[in-house]
Amino acid sequence: MELFETLAYYFQFPAVRYALIVGVLVALCSSLLGVTLVLKRFSFIGDGLSHVAFGAMAVATLTGGILTQFKPVLDSTNNMIIIMPITIVAAVLLLRTGKNAKVKGDAAIAMISVGALALGYLLMNLSVFPKSSNISGDVCSTLFGSLSILTLTQTEVNICIAVSVVVIAVFILFYNKIFSVTFDEDFARATDSKAGAYNLLIAIIIAVIIVISMNLVGSLLISALIIFPALSAMRVLKSFKAVTICSACLSVFCATLGILVSILFSTPVGSTIVAVDIAAFGVFCLIGAVKGGSKA
Amino acid sequence: MAQLTCSDLTLGYEGQKILSHLSFSVNKGDYLCILGENGSGKTTLMKTILGLRKPMSGTISVGDGLSRTEIGYLPQQTSIQRDFPASVREIVISGFQSRLGFRPFYNKTEKKMAEQNMELMGISHLKKRCYRELSGGQQQRVLLARALCATQKMLLLDEPVAGLDPKVTEEMYELIARLNRERGITVMMISHDIEAAMQYATHILHIGKEIFFGTRTKYLQYVAEKRKEGKHGII
Repeated sequence: MELFETLAYYFQFPAVRYALIVGVLVALCSSLLGVTLVLKRFSFIGDGLSHVAFGAMAVATLTGGILTQFKPVLDSTNNMIIIMPITIVAAVLLLRTGKNAKVKGDAAIAMISVGALALGYLLMNLSVFPKSSNISGDVCSTLFGSLSILTLTQTEVNICIAVSVVVIAVFILFYNKIFSVTFDEDFARATDSKAGAYNLLIAIIIAVIIVISMNLVGSLLISALIIFPALSAMRVLKSFKAVTICSACLSVFCATLGILVSILFSTPVGSTIVAVDIAAFGVFCLIGAVKGGSKA
Repeated sequence: MAQLTCSDLTLGYEGQKILSHLSFSVNKGDYLCILGENGSGKTTLMKTILGLRKPMSGTISVGDGLSRTEIGYLPQQTSIQRDFPASVREIVISGFQSRLGFRPFYNKTEKKMAEQNMELMGISHLKKRCYRELSGGQQQRVLLARALCATQKMLLLDEPVAGLDPKVTEEMYELIARLNRERGITVMMISHDIEAAMQYATHILHIGKEIFFGTRTKYLQYVAEKRKEGKHGII
């Protein structure tokens, strides 16, 4: 009873309500493409791209800082204009190179990820921050998303809702094409001249999801949101549709639970959600092993 | 007019030629076997025909009502991910992808045709099963059913019997031959299996240091001549 009263008390604050809405939407969107990414052996693209987004954010802060000199820009909607295109370009480059690249998938992701992180941090330190001396604090919250979800503004929430609706709609409309391209890219490209465009589309959706997710869990934990629900669902289910639906539901459930727990016990939001995801993965592994179906 | 004509193709990787001056054509209803040693460029040729990579020079043209995206493709088994969670039905119907265009979902006709193709391949009872749990032969039938969804005209098969046991291999060859005979589907097959090639193919394309293209009977003469000349290494 006491728990519910505490929750009811917290939900009086718009910030908490916003956090829950955004959290659930982001979890839903990121889980949708998780299956595709895991199967394309791009599990770490979330990590790589989020570091790119972090680097882009540093650039955005730097340019913003120069422009307004003594007003360090923390308005993330402005930053979004810079972050989004850079991340999308990185995603397209990473996914496009595919099998024929000189630098293979995992190495390319590692390179981009570490490079962007280092340069981003370097820029953060160089940038014009006369008032804000708490650089490491800023960096920490960017990486782990500890606070930003509770400081969302109405506009940011609206943007997030709009983007999520678009992402979900695109995913449903292109579901069959995404399946073909994921299952057998050669076959898809051989029989359909537009398969390349679908790959591009996947890359763009991923980039958008990652930039949106940065507000919730921060750069470092985005990968978890993308891969855990998919991996959990794959332990137990056998068809692509079932796996996709299950991972979406699971992701929403874990995000909701994680946010509620983090409010009640004042734990960091991002880490709590991931902890719940890990627990769910454990449960699904057990179920899979009991069913004896998958090779656990 | 030929369905597919390759003229003076040069194939290779990153500036290195592996095959040059390759010319051949395939007519409707032909059964062409592509033979050659490992590394002679068989799979590269197939990928070039499918439009997955560009030839270094030369042209590939289609005719007789065939379009480039109407070629059904059965990839080498290794290129498919074995841990992919997908049901047989989902995979078979994905062969219709190119017919979708801007339509997001498959319609009734396509669903029905997918059922028929599964029936034809004798995998209807497996349609709800997970692809990764099937045996090698069953998996190949699933992919063949998918290729049939993508085409009514031409099938490209990349070592369709690799890794299958003799009995299943025989069934697979019979299935392909039946599609060729009864439905008039043109078959192009990469193979190591010369015996089977001699049994089923109408035409042979042998690639390697020397290129041979012609009917099966001509190929037998050609091989016999080479034997006389003492060039045993040809096959």
